[in-house]
Amino acid sequence: MDANLKREIIVDNVENPFHRGIKDKENFIKANTHNESCIDNIDLYVKIQDNKIIDAYFEGEACAITTSATSIMLKKIIGLTKEEARSLMKEYYQMIEEETYNSDKLGELNVYSDIAKQPSRKKCATLPFQTLEKTLKISEIEIDD
Amino acid sequence: MNREDFPMLNEDYIYFDNGATTFKPNQVIQSVVDYYTKYTANSHRGDYDLSQKVDYLYESTRDVVKNFIKANNSKEIIFTSGTTMSLNMIVFGFMKYFLKPGDEVLITKAEHASNVLPWLELEKEIGIVVKYIPLDDNHKVTVENVKNSITKNTKVISLAYVTNVIGDVRPIKEIASLIHANNGLIVVDGAQSVPHIKTDVTYDDIDFLAFSGHKMLAPTGIGVLYAKEKYLELMKPISYGGGMNSRFESNKEVEYKELPLRLEAGTQNIAGVLGLQAAIKYIEEIGIDKIHEHEIELKNYLLTKLKEIDNIEIYNQESDSGIIVFNIKNIFSEDTSRYLNHYHICVRAGNHCTKMVKDEIGIKNTCRISFYLYNTKEEIDKLIEVLKDNKKIYEVIL
Ligand SMILES: Cc1ncc(COP(=O)(O)O)c(C=O)c1O
Repeated sequence: MDANLKREIIVDNVENPFHRGIKDKENFIKANTHNESCIDNIDLYVKIQDNKIIDAYFEGEACAITTSATSIMLKKIIGLTKEEARSLMKEYYQMIEEETYNSDKLGELNVYSDIAKQPSRKKCATLPFQTLEKTLKISEIEIDD
Repeated sequence: MNREDFPMLNEDYIYFDNGATTFKPNQVIQSVVDYYTKYTANSHRGDYDLSQKVDYLYESTRDVVKNFIKANNSKEIIFTSGTTMSLNMIVFGFMKYFLKPGDEVLITKAEHASNVLPWLELEKEIGIVVKYIPLDDNHKVTVENVKNSITKNTKVISLAYVTNVIGDVRPIKEIASLIHANNGLIVVDGAQSVPHIKTDVTYDDIDFLAFSGHKMLAPTGIGVLYAKEKYLELMKPISYGGGMNSRFESNKEVEYKELPLRLEAGTQNIAGVLGLQAAIKYIEEIGIDKIHEHEIELKNYLLTKLKEIDNIEIYNQESDSGIIVFNIKNIFSEDTSRYLNHYHICVRAGNHCTKMVKDEIGIKNTCRISFYLYNTKEEIDKLIEVLKDNKKIYEVIL
């Protein structure tokens, strides 16, 4: 993907984010992650049924990278089982860390393939997935109860 | 003004984050170098010339600070590591013993973390009640709102003289007289005021004042706690050790020194103290009123220019200090500061350690510009040029 296209996709997701804002929060699991700079502040809402993410939204203020990464992530994960979401997450982290990864699996998330060149932005790009992992964990605790 | 004195200004940066910390002039840097190259010794310890010279310089700094803030007595000046430590000493060394359960402490939602969290801890520890004075539509503290917030239980008002987000100057003299009439005390966080406007603790009748050297040209790690002598006498040290005791015996008899040394345990930041002296002398030579005038002139210039750009939102047009807070519409503050950083312009993005202020101005994160004496209109012109071009922001930062 060339740099201009990457930028276009990111900006489009900042200006027209997917599933930003949630009206009815009932049955959604919520998690928030603060970046270490404590500026980015995203609430993620995930609805899980029969081990599957059936819906997800986000709210909050964050930088362009975090906002777009959240938007793109949500497009990808709705409809996935938890295992599938985690496997996507693993692939994504491998890309961020410049390890070998399967780019076909990542779709639009490939726009962050160069983020390692700006180490301070890695956190921004991984923040949504860290938050997703929190919601998945919460869902497991609740089931164990 | 005086740009040639600041080596950092050769580094090709436009530095607009003076509220966070300031650059240092050669005179201050030299005073620190002199301590490490010409007369390194501990203070209050040796009988040799070197040590006595250091003693003299260290103690003479107390006089310089005393005169700078118009205190009555050098004993009222305690060296600390900064505003944060000074405020913690006030809360945990004095207020903890002075206040009773149910006593009320008034702060605002625009205070810095260091003037919020110690009070909230003390609330948990001993059951005082921390309350917020409401701010007016321009996010300011008014005498009227202070009056209405004081109850018979109000024992302390603790406020920044100038806030670090909104930059408003509080009517401290009037507030001090209100709380004194209620038999209470006033604590002033001077971190953003002492470097920029004239401080007169006697005229304002301030009971406690905290400020940091690094925000006023001095090194990091040095600050001041001022308090009226009668209160300092009652303050308990929060550190015990060398330098603050006069005697201790194996039978556990202990005697502490008189003020101010009783509150300065352990080897002090001597280089910092000497640097603070040089910084204050530097500021006095220019004149703090002149520095303030310069900042206000820059601020008004910037305001006029910013208003010419369509998509800039300014949040504190009314402020009377050299601080301006803004956002580019629909752009996250951190993205704006990254964009400016590309042009070597340093501004602060975020919530500026005053996380509660979002309840007041309804905006969580902003970009802050804070001036000091060495900033210029040419620097502002460069900033404006870059901001006018803000359509390019994502091209630059992504
Ligand atoms: C209003 C205010 N109070 C307190 C502080 C804390 O100062 P320091 O970090 O030097 O202790 C700051 C610094 O950011 C400040 O702006």
